[in-house]
Amino acid sequence: MAKEITLNLISGRTIQQGVAIEGGKEKPLYRTACGIIEMDPSDFKKLGVWKNSNVRVTSNYGSVIVKATETSQGPHPGIGFIPMGPWANSVINPDTYSTGMPTFKGTPVKVEVAMNEPVLLGIELVQKLCGVKTA
Amino acid sequence: MTKTVTDVICPFCGTLCDDVEVVVSDDGKKLLEVANACVIGTEKFLHSQASDRVIRPRMHQDDGTWKEVSYDEAVEYTAQMLAKAKKPLMYGWSSTNCEAQSVGNEIAEISRACCDNTAAVCHGTTLIAVQDIGLPTCTLGEVKNRADRVIFWGCNPAHAHPRHMSRYSIFPRGFFTGKGQMSRKLIVVDPRVTDTAKMADVHLQVEQGKDYELLNALRVAFRGEWLPDVVAGIPAEKIREAADMMKSGRFGIIFFGMGVTQSLSKNHNIDIAIAVTKDLNEYTKFSIMPMRGHYNVTGSGEVLAWQYGFPYSVDLSRGFARYNPGETSSNDLLVRGEVDAVFVLGSDPGAHFPISSVRKIAQLPSVCVDPHITPTSEISKLHVPVAFVGVEVGGNCYRMDNVPIDARKVVEPPEGVLTDEEFLTRVNKRLAELVGA
Repeated sequence: MAKEITLNLISGRTIQQGVAIEGGKEKPLYRTACGIIEMDPSDFKKLGVWKNSNVRVTSNYGSVIVKATETSQGPHPGIGFIPMGPWANSVINPDTYSTGMPTFKGTPVKVEVAMNEPVLLGIELVQKLCGVKTA
Repeated sequence: MTKTVTDVICPFCGTLCDDVEVVVSDDGKKLLEVANACVIGTEKFLHSQASDRVIRPRMHQDDGTWKEVSYDEAVEYTAQMLAKAKKPLMYGWSSTNCEAQSVGNEIAEISRACCDNTAAVCHGTTLIAVQDIGLPTCTLGEVKNRADRVIFWGCNPAHAHPRHMSRYSIFPRGFFTGKGQMSRKLIVVDPRVTDTAKMADVHLQVEQGKDYELLNALRVAFRGEWLPDVVAGIPAEKIREAADMMKSGRFGIIFFGMGVTQSLSKNHNIDIAIAVTKDLNEYTKFSIMPMRGHYNVTGSGEVLAWQYGFPYSVDLSRGFARYNPGETSSNDLLVRGEVDAVFVLGSDPGAHFPISSVRKIAQLPSVCVDPHITPTSEISKLHVPVAFVGVEVGGNCYRMDNVPIDARKVVEPPEGVLTDEEFLTRVNKRLAELVGA
């Protein structure tokens, strides 16, 4: 049982993400849709964790807590998928390599179990990472 | 008595469905039901009716609370911010109509801003490639009526453009495609077995980030030349099978998405995808089309291009238009700390930019014009709610194939709420007074 695994992180749209952004990004549904990492069943085994556990995803660019869910669009061993949104954007590679386009797909990340740490709401996460004062 | 409005345009994705039906109350103030739209479009129409919607501008106070302000005060703050800034960034523009975009671009010129749309994090690299080698493309109507070979490369319309396949690309019975899905062969290229890939005749599960290699291998396969046993995780025989399938069609189309534009290689992926299309035209008729995301990101590119000559990342800070993605693009400007104010309309960079860029927005004077509460609005100094384009105000929008379609107004906005165009026009007028333009 490994304490952490390395995955190749990609992000992108899901239909649940689309519904959640139109339904209100301040709502918990946004976190349910996008505060997740979709992983292959074989990667769950490697990490030694049940599905729907919270995990910490860390790259060279940042770190974020998300819920690990079993992918519905697999198999894709070795690939982690976080739907586009603040959770993915906390860890993806922002380098544009002089094209203007950040590298949203293909960031090596470390995934470790973080059972007792909470997944923040989308707005809460952005405000915290930006140091914005809230009431 | 309720009434049903037909032929409504859906303001969600670049498919710009034009067959939505909406049931509204007799007085035209309440939107009650939505038919024909996908689940995302339906949610967009219905969310405009939410009881907790913000309907007055609000300023973020030092203690973290919000203070309601009038539209006059919001116009004044925005105009003052843009007048004082040496090099403001004006970003977004994809979730509004072309009329508002045009006024916004005029404001950008007066305030010597960098004007950028969401292509910067979407199909910006496509636009670079198109400028490099051109784009043999067509309309979605031609796809529906003619295409018997459909390739989805690095895109997942089952999730991102939910009605694209039923309206245009896979299922409809067109003039030369009378058997609908039976008339078409579907090839999907994606590192995941997406819901789109599950429907494919051939799914090439490419190694993530190796699209360039695979596209190159296809060009070799078309010519029947030697290939290594495996390219980008795909066995050579499977590449040859896909190549033969493409060549044997009467009319083919490659749709491509973020899988290629956002992976390493970026614009070079698109360069070679267009070269593949060019090669295929030696054997049959082939086209290629980007799967544009926002319903009017294409329109923003069109309006910027006819006003300033470039489709996105336009730098007007020297008083004339410059364009150099990597230098004049939003994320590079923000990360390098080159802008001193941020104006966002019709987009949510707070949710969709890398956090390093979002942090910079939070540190600067900032205005967010958006009907929704978003991460951007919650880190901005001023949030200006506006009417929903395509629901509460009409206007011109461009579909992903560059066909302009007029969106329709179906209900009245909440009383006193301005449209994007009205708010921008007032800012433009005030700004002109301030800078003496």
